[in-house]
Amino acid sequence: MGQSVQEMIAQSKGKKNKKFVEKLIPVLLFLIASVSVLTTIGIMLTLIVETVTFFTRVSISEFIFGTTWLPFSNKSAQFGVLPLIVGTLKVTLIAVIVAVPIGIAAAIYLSEYATDNVRRVIKPVLEVLAGIPTIVYGFFALTFVTPLLQSFFPEIKIFNAISPGIVVGIMIIPMIASLSEDAMSSVPKSIREGALAMGSTKFEVAMKITVPAAISGIIASVVLAVSRAIGETMIVSLAAGSTPQFDGDFTGSIQTMTAYIVQVSKGDAGYGTTIYYSIYAVGFTLFIFTMVMNIIANYVSKRFREEY
Amino acid sequence: MRYIEHDNVVRRMNGRNLVNKLFKSIFLLATLSALLALVILLYQIVSQGVNHLSFDFLVNYASRFPEQAGIKAALVGSIWLMLVVAPTSIILGVGSAIYLEEYAGKNRITTFIQMNISNLAGVPSVVFGLLGLTIFVRALALGNSVLAAGFTMSLLILPVIIVASQEAIRSVPGELRDASYGMGATKWQTIVKIILPAAIPGILTGSILALSRAIGETAPLIVVGIPVIIQFLPKGVMDTFTALPMQIYDWSSRPQPEFQQVAAAGIIVLMVVLLLMNSVAVIIRNKFEKRY
Repeated sequence: MGQSVQEMIAQSKGKKNKKFVEKLIPVLLFLIASVSVLTTIGIMLTLIVETVTFFTRVSISEFIFGTTWLPFSNKSAQFGVLPLIVGTLKVTLIAVIVAVPIGIAAAIYLSEYATDNVRRVIKPVLEVLAGIPTIVYGFFALTFVTPLLQSFFPEIKIFNAISPGIVVGIMIIPMIASLSEDAMSSVPKSIREGALAMGSTKFEVAMKITVPAAISGIIASVVLAVSRAIGETMIVSLAAGSTPQFDGDFTGSIQTMTAYIVQVSKGDAGYGTTIYYSIYAVGFTLFIFTMVMNIIANYVSKRFREEY
Repeated sequence: MRYIEHDNVVRRMNGRNLVNKLFKSIFLLATLSALLALVILLYQIVSQGVNHLSFDFLVNYASRFPEQAGIKAALVGSIWLMLVVAPTSIILGVGSAIYLEEYAGKNRITTFIQMNISNLAGVPSVVFGLLGLTIFVRALALGNSVLAAGFTMSLLILPVIIVASQEAIRSVPGELRDASYGMGATKWQTIVKIILPAAIPGILTGSILALSRAIGETAPLIVVGIPVIIQFLPKGVMDTFTALPMQIYDWSSRPQPEFQQVAAAGIIVLMVVLLLMNSVAVIIRNKFEKRY
């Protein structure tokens, strides 16, 4: 004999256990979901607390406006962060010069000219390029790009800003290309076809229709890529050197913010020394830079989005 | 009266077509140059490393002498690291995704968590290293163990896994859910028996790609203080260890040119591991891909 539905309902109501699970699960999952928020809070707290300790030993104005970064000097250690920022900006500038034209050109090619078959081949290859670990790029910069540059320009030193800059550029090309292509592909076909029907060439469609319509997405992709370049660590640690410089020279050894953190971490700066706290101050500066970039990217893609 | 001069139109159209063709080739060249960079990079690494690659290289420990240097400790260390990172990050990531997609209401807290996840994805990995150093290595006194490094890496790839899992869960059609509720299943039963099985290929693919990022990541390990020269294998998650990218970094930064070849051989091993992981992801995607 089968049960009636009413009996089944009555029976399941009796199962307190099941109800308890149904109530418990959302709470548990909420706690899990809050781990990501706790991570952000943890990062902020870590950076702020240790940076504050750093500023009890080094004045804020020396850190922000000082033009000499000499942390390892016993007698006259100086903590002016500007040379590290300049080093980071040098590498980022070269990376942008390499990646923005190539990335956007590749995006235009993929979205406007390429056939489906070509796209099916090129996009996975770009994904591979994006998936290569940065340590591999660093090795490539040090053992291939730098010697190659030196054979053309002998004045370039073993450690310099150009070679890692170029390789960071190669690393962020896929990011710019694929995000820009997404933005361009979301421009409705009808607009494009309208322009083509009026007699425009594909190039004119790209320049006058697609790119202007997708400009917010393109700019956002570039800003995000710049943020990646600023935070890139291994390429610059291997190939850019460890000499903080406050000048405009790209051919000699420099040091970026990220490379300084690595240099201190792999050495044995004891816990509690000023040098130990300095990596948090530098990390905080780096965090602010990338955060501002990410906020700008978010703002641009929301504020200037063309709605269709 | 003629409004359109045929010759004039043809002349201008030719010019415009020429510009179009010219830029088409420029755009194509730019795309190809990115691909060329990949080819050169792979060729350089294989040609430099292949000579050092041997069975001995896989079973020897690191050494001062380049010809004896092996990658055993790093390879085993990376596997240990993954044994911590995979369960931690997947449980946290999928749990967060289920909460955000299935339980969370459309309110400020949800928007905040979602925004926070996308911001977290933009934080440089070296900063995660600083977090790990302070929280896991020092505050929780885990030292430079597999566990401390594994937790740090898990947090680093957490945003990637959450976003991939959310997309996978979102792509499960609503009818399946409605049918399950219609049969009298509770919410949790529906999630466990209907939604997760349908979303699992997407979740796994995203997770494997995230894990392959973790296995190649170097900066957080350096900041957390993972040593390089290690002549033993970890016996548990509280032991110290070294990992593939750490070992490659150490070899690359040595001045002797022989070590460049050792580093290249290490990179080949790392790339083979990555290739294997990605192939698994592709196989899973193809095998379990269901069309609704």
